[in-house]
Amino acid sequence: MVDVTPADGVPPAEVAEMELYHPHSWWTKYVFSQDAKVIAIQYSATATAIGMVALVLSWMMRLQLGFPGTFDFITPEAYYQFITMHGMIMVIYLLTALFLGGFGNYLIPLMVGARDMVFPYVNMLSYWIYLLAVLVLVSSFFAPGGPTGAGWTLYPPQAIMTGTPGGQDWGIILMLVSLILFIIGFTMGGLNYVVTVLQARTRGMTLMRLPLTVWGIFTATVMALLAFPALFVACVMMLFDRALGTSFFMPAIVEMGEQLQHGGGSPILFQHLFWFFGHPEVYIVALPAFGIVSDLISTHARKNIFGYRMMVWAIVGIGALSFVVWAHHMYVSGMHPYFGFFFATTTLIIAVPTAIKVYNWVLTLWRGDIHLTVPMLFALAFIVTFVNGGLTGLFLGNVVVDVPLSDTMFVVAHFHMVMGVAPILVILGAIYHWYPKVTGRMLNEAMGQFHFWVTFLGAYLIFFPMHYIGLMGVPRRYNELTATTVMTESAHDLNAFISIMAFLVGFAQIVFLFNLIWSIRHGREAGGNPWRATTLEWQTSETPPAHGNFGKELPIVYRWAYDYSVPGAKEDFIPQNMPGSFGSSREPA
Amino acid sequence: MSVILVFLLVIVGFVGWWLSHQRLMAKPWLEQGLIGDIIGPEGSALPTAKIGLGVFLAVVGCLFALFTSAYFMRMALSDWQALPLPRVLWFNTGVLVLSSIALQCASVAARRGEIDAVRLGLVTAGLTALAFLVGQLVAWRELTADGYLLTANPANSFFYLITGMHGLHILGGLVGLGRTTAGAWNGARPERLRLSVELCAMYWHFLLFVWLAIFALLAGWAATFIEICRQLLT
Amino acid sequence: MAIALVLVLVVVGSVLFHFLSPWWWTPIASNWDYIDNTIIITFWITGVVFAAVVLFMAYCVFRFRHREGNQAAYEPENKRLEWWLTIVTAIGVTAMLVPGLFVWNQFVSVPSDATEVEVVGQQWQWSFRLPGKDGKLGTSDTRNVSPENPLGVDPSDANGQDDVVVEAADLHLPVGKPVKMLLRSIDVLHDFYVPEFRAKMDMIPGSVTYFWFTPTKTGTFQVLCAELCGQGHPLMNGVVMVDTPEDYLAWLGEQQTFAQLSAPQQVGSAE
Repeated sequence: MVDVTPADGVPPAEVAEMELYHPHSWWTKYVFSQDAKVIAIQYSATATAIGMVALVLSWMMRLQLGFPGTFDFITPEAYYQFITMHGMIMVIYLLTALFLGGFGNYLIPLMVGARDMVFPYVNMLSYWIYLLAVLVLVSSFFAPGGPTGAGWTLYPPQAIMTGTPGGQDWGIILMLVSLILFIIGFTMGGLNYVVTVLQARTRGMTLMRLPLTVWGIFTATVMALLAFPALFVACVMMLFDRALGTSFFMPAIVEMGEQLQHGGGSPILFQHLFWFFGHPEVYIVALPAFGIVSDLISTHARKNIFGYRMMVWAIVGIGALSFVVWAHHMYVSGMHPYFGFFFATTTLIIAVPTAIKVYNWVLTLWRGDIHLTVPMLFALAFIVTFVNGGLTGLFLGNVVVDVPLSDTMFVVAHFHMVMGVAPILVILGAIYHWYPKVTGRMLNEAMGQFHFWVTFLGAYLIFFPMHYIGLMGVPRRYNELTATTVMTESAHDLNAFISIMAFLVGFAQIVFLFNLIWSIRHGREAGGNPWRATTLEWQTSETPPAHGNFGKELPIVYRWAYDYSVPGAKEDFIPQNMPGSFGSSREPA
Repeated sequence: MSVILVFLLVIVGFVGWWLSHQRLMAKPWLEQGLIGDIIGPEGSALPTAKIGLGVFLAVVGCLFALFTSAYFMRMALSDWQALPLPRVLWFNTGVLVLSSIALQCASVAARRGEIDAVRLGLVTAGLTALAFLVGQLVAWRELTADGYLLTANPANSFFYLITGMHGLHILGGLVGLGRTTAGAWNGARPERLRLSVELCAMYWHFLLFVWLAIFALLAGWAATFIEICRQLLT
Repeated sequence: MAIALVLVLVVVGSVLFHFLSPWWWTPIASNWDYIDNTIIITFWITGVVFAAVVLFMAYCVFRFRHREGNQAAYEPENKRLEWWLTIVTAIGVTAMLVPGLFVWNQFVSVPSDATEVEVVGQQWQWSFRLPGKDGKLGTSDTRNVSPENPLGVDPSDANGQDDVVVEAADLHLPVGKPVKMLLRSIDVLHDFYVPEFRAKMDMIPGSVTYFWFTPTKTGTFQVLCAELCGQGHPLMNGVVMVDTPEDYLAWLGEQQTFAQLSAPQQVGSAE
């Protein structure tokens, strides 16, 4: 055991005068604020607002699928616009923005013991460009021809042709411009998250003392910085094809009996670029969720996260590996068949570090002191849905099994379970967990319980049976299944059941939003550290933390983030900034 | 996609090297209190702004590596017809090299505290960079006049796209350079000025490097080079 | 506490659903039962893992739920356990990957006696072309497409003259003979998918993709498009009829060749 140097005698690090821009007016405090915490709330509110749009769109889709022919206003065009916008909003504008822009901004400076992000001005710009991107996206709903209906993958040639809604109107152009803006905005934010972790950690906060939340968000941001340029390139080139008539992706095409001007381009090239971004994107959403859920489980089970080092290595390993698996989205795209061998192997290798993470979460529960709080419930539900969705990933990643299943409802069920439901359950749990820090009050428990049960069970009942519809061979992206013979009568009934569940789950989210607003005033007062957690954000002198986060002096870190239930310690948690040595036998027997 | 994978391999190598210095094998639960060798400010001794710029340049490098990847993949298809590069590109290259040298001089001068030399270097760099942009526009006009239109062939499309993207990055750099230059006249604090000049120089050198790579790519040398490597390997 | 019970119910419910629900794949009608077997192996392995993890979790929640005076154990890691779990996982993953790659190798190696059949997708219908007596398909190019030549067959290629062209109608295949489907599109991406055959592949304008299979059952099967191709996507249905050799020959005799279709006197006499 490494013993302690006389920590109490070490003076705090001399904190250089940070160039914090202290707000002088209401505008600079709440609107054009450079405080990462305010930016975090702005990001979260915008992402939630646009996410509600996506939720309503999913209801529309489910109305059509569950009760075909009943709702005349859902035309085929409208249906394709709904699925496209739903997918794009959920993946990019909600999940990516909320995890990195929302949680990243709020938690990174607090958790590493910094006063703010290192480039506050750029950080502020990041949000405003994000907002602009969202507004451009929303504007496409009001543009002539409506938003694009090309599917969230935006595959050319159809994305920019007349047979697709918005293809020859404004829809696709606004979509591409919005994505380009998002990427520019994200890059500004991403630089902050990465460099803050690199440079602004407080004294004593070595990398191996970082909470896994920070590890997850940090790794995801590094990946996003390297992956989003691929989407950027794809968008710019497609914009050229659509607006200027180049042929990057467009081969010779006969559309409705007429030869188009394009020629020689490669639709597969777009797919490679898109998925070179698209696969890391899955982990950009998953890694922050992995990190956050580790902290939720550890805190609420009052036990250190099992195998911390393995967890860190797994996060880094998954991050690196996720750049060499992209073509598993393209097994049936017509690319060279021999790629299948390579990408199936790399894809299944990723399952190993991912499985280790799952084992470590459940082993953290073993011999813990499990408090079944709402955040803990969400964390448990995350494990169930993530394991389920991850395991069906082994079907789709194994090249030959993917052949019958790709582009069916099985895929839809799989990715919703693994990167829709699972990360959102973490987001919800995380909101219940950190809401007291953000507002000083607890969320209402009864509403929370209701929200949890309906969301978890409802989402499971939506997506688990959906796999079997896919197994029957029912393709995805069909607004009309009456002409499809593999779709049996009973499967139509199942679809109706799924739709009803979707409405229920959506309704529970409205209750949750109400809870968020109601508890700001009426919630129980939380105090500074209601969960008795060890990490630095709970040790601030004020709750909610003021601008500058930590009062006069930055905390000094003396221990890792998981000193829960240390034998011999007085309490069952030791904050990271508590000096001194505790515990007689720390080496496991 | 091999170009971007090689680029990422370099990044992974760098990240791996850095991580290997971060004691990832340590058992953090055994290390309570401040331990002798980890006392001191966390993070690197380099200025934060430089690290920020470094990360940004990695992203920019990634962007151009991806364009290069797309270029090679599109080039393999049958309708590709290489276009003749305008002579003026050689001149532009020379000008951009001058621009980088001027900034390097300014950065050395800033270290020595010679404010006049700094100003001279900054202005020279700015003017030469502008000249580069004008030269690029001339190259575009020449090509258009000779009938090498944007949509006529993917080689042309890539030429305009990639040079345009590079030009936009220079333009963005000019904004930063303009602010630094203004600071040099308005009496910014010496250490601050020095940092700004060094950041500009870093960015300029990087864009020069990117330009040389692009030039080699558009001229077809990159393809020849890769072909030679491939033959050597097999 | 309720959560422990619910977790058990989730496992039991999922397993029961899997075995008892009426929703399962369609009866196979091709040689790709290898794929079905691989799926079954994967179902077993993943199912066991799912049940084990969730039940273990349920037990933990039940056994170690907070009660007054409880204290959690302190156990930062357990190298041996972690290594064992890693190795077991790696074995499980290999058990799925190896048969998968094995079957994939079969999937991409077309037998030499397979007859070629060309499928051409366009918004939103299927057309087909069979090699004529010479057994060879003529070359084609989207640039040749016109109302008289909907598939863009190269008129100057002698191999193409006797090709049988089936425009926007049913495809017939003889049972028991391997076929190599050559897939082509003249506008956007499509994907030729017959659920009963288990195989599918995207069709890309500007290039020719392929897959092969052997129909093993006679009957009528619906062709679905499995790659979003615009708003007519769900209605882009077609029919493949797998015939006995006699029926197949009878059908083939009724079809017209490219030369017949493009001969001027034939225009107007088409049914």
